[in-house]
Amino acid sequence: MARIYIFKRFERFWHWAQAALIIFMLLTGFEIHGSYRLLGWEKAVNLHTTAAWTLIGLWLFAIFWHFTTGEWRQYIPTSKNIIAVLNYYSVGIFAGTPHPFRVTQLSKHNPLQRLAYLLVKLLINPLIWVSGLAYLYYNEIAASKIAIIAGLQLGTIALVHTAAAFMMLIFLIGHLYLSTTGHTPLAHIKAMITGWEDVEADKPVAALVK
Amino acid sequence: MRTGIFMVALLASMLLTPAALAAADTDSDSAKLLKSTSDHTKFKALQQEFNSGPEVTKACLSCHTEAAKQLHRTEHWKWEYKTPQGQLLGKKTLINNFCISPSSNEAACNICHIGYGWKDDTFDFKSEVNVDCLVCHDTSGNYRKPAGLAGNVVTKAMEFPPGSGNIIKPINLTKIAQAVGKTSRDTCGACHFYGGGGDGVKHGDMDSSLAAPDKALDVHMDALGLNFACATCHMTQGHQVPGSRYAPTGRDKGEAHLRGKDYKTNPTTCQACHGQAPHKTNAKLNDHTDKVACQTCHIPKFARGGVPTKMSWDWSTAGKMGPDGKPLTIKDAKGHPTYMAIKGDFVLGDDVIPEYRWFNGTVTYTLRSDKVDDSHQPVQMNRYAGSASDGKSLIWPVKIMHGKQPYDPVNKTLVVPHTAGIDDTAYWTNFNWEKAIAKGMATIGEPYSGKFDFIATESTWPITHMVAPAKDALGCHACHAAGGRLEKVPGIYIPGRASDHARWLDTAGWALAALSLLGMLIHGLGRVLLSRRKN
Repeated sequence: MARIYIFKRFERFWHWAQAALIIFMLLTGFEIHGSYRLLGWEKAVNLHTTAAWTLIGLWLFAIFWHFTTGEWRQYIPTSKNIIAVLNYYSVGIFAGTPHPFRVTQLSKHNPLQRLAYLLVKLLINPLIWVSGLAYLYYNEIAASKIAIIAGLQLGTIALVHTAAAFMMLIFLIGHLYLSTTGHTPLAHIKAMITGWEDVEADKPVAALVK
Repeated sequence: MRTGIFMVALLASMLLTPAALAAADTDSDSAKLLKSTSDHTKFKALQQEFNSGPEVTKACLSCHTEAAKQLHRTEHWKWEYKTPQGQLLGKKTLINNFCISPSSNEAACNICHIGYGWKDDTFDFKSEVNVDCLVCHDTSGNYRKPAGLAGNVVTKAMEFPPGSGNIIKPINLTKIAQAVGKTSRDTCGACHFYGGGGDGVKHGDMDSSLAAPDKALDVHMDALGLNFACATCHMTQGHQVPGSRYAPTGRDKGEAHLRGKDYKTNPTTCQACHGQAPHKTNAKLNDHTDKVACQTCHIPKFARGGVPTKMSWDWSTAGKMGPDGKPLTIKDAKGHPTYMAIKGDFVLGDDVIPEYRWFNGTVTYTLRSDKVDDSHQPVQMNRYAGSASDGKSLIWPVKIMHGKQPYDPVNKTLVVPHTAGIDDTAYWTNFNWEKAIAKGMATIGEPYSGKFDFIATESTWPITHMVAPAKDALGCHACHAAGGRLEKVPGIYIPGRASDHARWLDTAGWALAALSLLGMLIHGLGRVLLSRRKN
């Protein structure tokens, strides 16, 4: 086994802060929706709102980081090897065959990850943010003179926001599970904490090892 | 040493006490002086013996020359109000599901008219001396208008009803007239606390507990705090009292009133002082003010002052006699009647959670002449108009009064019974509905088939008094929950209200999440089992 440094400090901070905020917002969000009672409605609303602004702040930094470092390229989708990866998770993983994808610093996500994360970034997140901000500023929207948005019903906004929240929840379930599919159950999680990922040394990755 | 100190203290107190008393005297004198430019005890016109109410009014009018003309234009005098929609309302003709109607019962009911002598339809509405100044401007607390005397006052001890042995004590009109002043919670309350025939009966948000309420009962009228009089909000101009429930403001979109600026809008609304964005510490609450009336959150319950209000009144059970052959009365544990032979069965309510309605300020009443549909009961005595989408409505708290009252099943009209009186046709004297209704209907000149039955009715009353301090206002969860207070209010999405959810989305969302979890668990289980087998 060799180790390569793939998750930089900011990236790890961003990931874990975002994870905590999203899990917290799912908890408070579904309480606001009325699915259960946990913190009390008012507290849930206030904390959900604070968490939302915090996440927006974090996101601004993350977007800046992605573009200045060029890391945004990690999410460009590719169909290359995607069948092999799908095949691995549905068959190979049970047989103990090695993962067809090799992690490198330039390509840290397998094709399936790229697709999933891109979907989060381009579909789920925008849906949540736009509907969430519309939810927060519903009064201003309804009072605005802009016909297209002034007619927007709170029920519609809430519907989109809730649908996006369910998508995020389902992503989270899949993401949490797949994080245990490294060469040991905690390997990926450890990498996300330390930044260092174990890779098999018999492949020519030495040049990339720090 | 100790004695020395005591002596000094004693000496000091002897020297200081008169000075302190004198200072207090000056304080109260100057407080009195600053209240009014007139001392009514010094007016020659009031330094005489008065034998009747109109004599006092005549004296009042000798200085306040236009007062009676102003009063003649008020609803307090006319008991009539024509709505913008053209309905003629007012106590003179309206019918309700409490005491039903003052018509034919004027001698008793019209003691709450601001006049003297309205005993039947011969009353002269043009008479200036028949205006009762004292009932609103008394500050002595000794003014009385005994029931049965058509609003007249008693200046010499008299037996009433004649032969009853019941002696009505006289009042000293000279003293009362010399002590006139501004209206107060007591003077307004003398009638408005007792609507429907008793303390707190009618409104639910107005009863004698508001005469000197604490802060918890009413944050504005708090006797030891802001100490608002009724007129602080119901700001009169030329004796015209704004804020009548006949002409309510469903939604005030205006700013807080500035002094000096001429406003045409109702000064009694919350917004007239507090504006549209009154919440300073939690701005999100201001996002509610375009949908929810202030009263909805800030009056969490009505009848909060210890005086119960009537929630239901069933006239159909009236007339039962007790074992002693006398009219039966049944009281609850607190001593409040729940049955009276003269009135029937009551349900009383304390600390009542209101019901909630969209309300735009327009109320349509079922009038005496209107046909009622007895196949669709309860008949609505009045209907609150409003909706989520008309742009003029807010969600208001209301009291729903349930009644069962006599009607004419042939003509399909509500009827006016002659209840109060000392004659043979009054229901409260002879317990005979036939006679009482025939007399009542003849008095108002409406047709009566001679047949009667009882019909279920409902009336809606606005809840707007007994405003609690901010800390006691409703919390979010009161409405933002499944089965919350606004559960039945239509046309609006309330976050947290389960009935607003798109069921397909919740079902699909949770099902897909559960399936993903299950899939992952099976996948994981497969990995564990297969890796074990390999090892």
